[in-house]
Amino acid sequence: MEITYENDVMTAYLKGEIDHHSAAPIRSEIDGKSESLRPKILRLDFSGVKFMDSSGIGLIMGRYRQISLLGGSLEVVNIPKSLDRIISLSGVCSLGVVK
Amino acid sequence: MNIVNQMDLSFPAKSSNESFARSAVASFILQLDPTINELADIKTAVSEAVTNCIVHGYGYGDGTVYINVKITDKGKVIIKIRDKGCGIPDIERAMEPLFTTAGDEERAGLGFAVMQSFTDKIKVSSTVGKGTTVTLEKNIIRHRNSSGGADLGHGE
Repeated sequence: MEITYENDVMTAYLKGEIDHHSAAPIRSEIDGKSESLRPKILRLDFSGVKFMDSSGIGLIMGRYRQISLLGGSLEVVNIPKSLDRIISLSGVCSLGVVK
Repeated sequence: MNIVNQMDLSFPAKSSNESFARSAVASFILQLDPTINELADIKTAVSEAVTNCIVHGYGYGDGTVYINVKITDKGKVIIKIRDKGCGIPDIERAMEPLFTTAGDEERAGLGFAVMQSFTDKIKVSSTVGKGTTVTLEKNIIRHRNSSGGADLGHGE
């Protein structure tokens, strides 16, 4: 996973398959970086995600909580069409983070 | 309804096997010539069920996850995913969206909601102290019978 930081925006480019197993290292890497960088915006870019189960939803909700505690806000961008159903089922859109 | 093919799979309840489990089931179902969406639905539902076995059934402890997949002559796929773990005391409650017992684990509590939404039928049977079986059914639309026009280039 590539993470970039520019103009107070930290972007994590998620890749491949997100499940319960793969979510754990993604979570700790993003949380570690955002704690040290303290970005105003944490952006999760889903363009490289090929598969995701509800662990991906947990990942979004957890990052929403974490970045809110740090005083920043979350943006979720470039969700592939194939993930539309699980995203809409989850109600995560009501957080207003999906761009 | 006749069973035309089936397979059995068992593996240790390790989270690194989640990806293997859903891919193996998806590979087996390829013989029905499913659409990419149907395949993704099955992979997602299986991933949820297997994760439940590992996280809840065995609580990250040792154990074996058992999967049986049957294909019927009508193009229906029946997937049984079973653990011999702790069992579920209140199935109805466990199936409520957003209900989760794994509080610190960042589980969204959507596993059963996803399984329900991504398959045609789900049955959960569980005995406390003995384990849980989730049965998922999904009808794979056969392209030669399809009149919806959504499937291209598969006519016979």
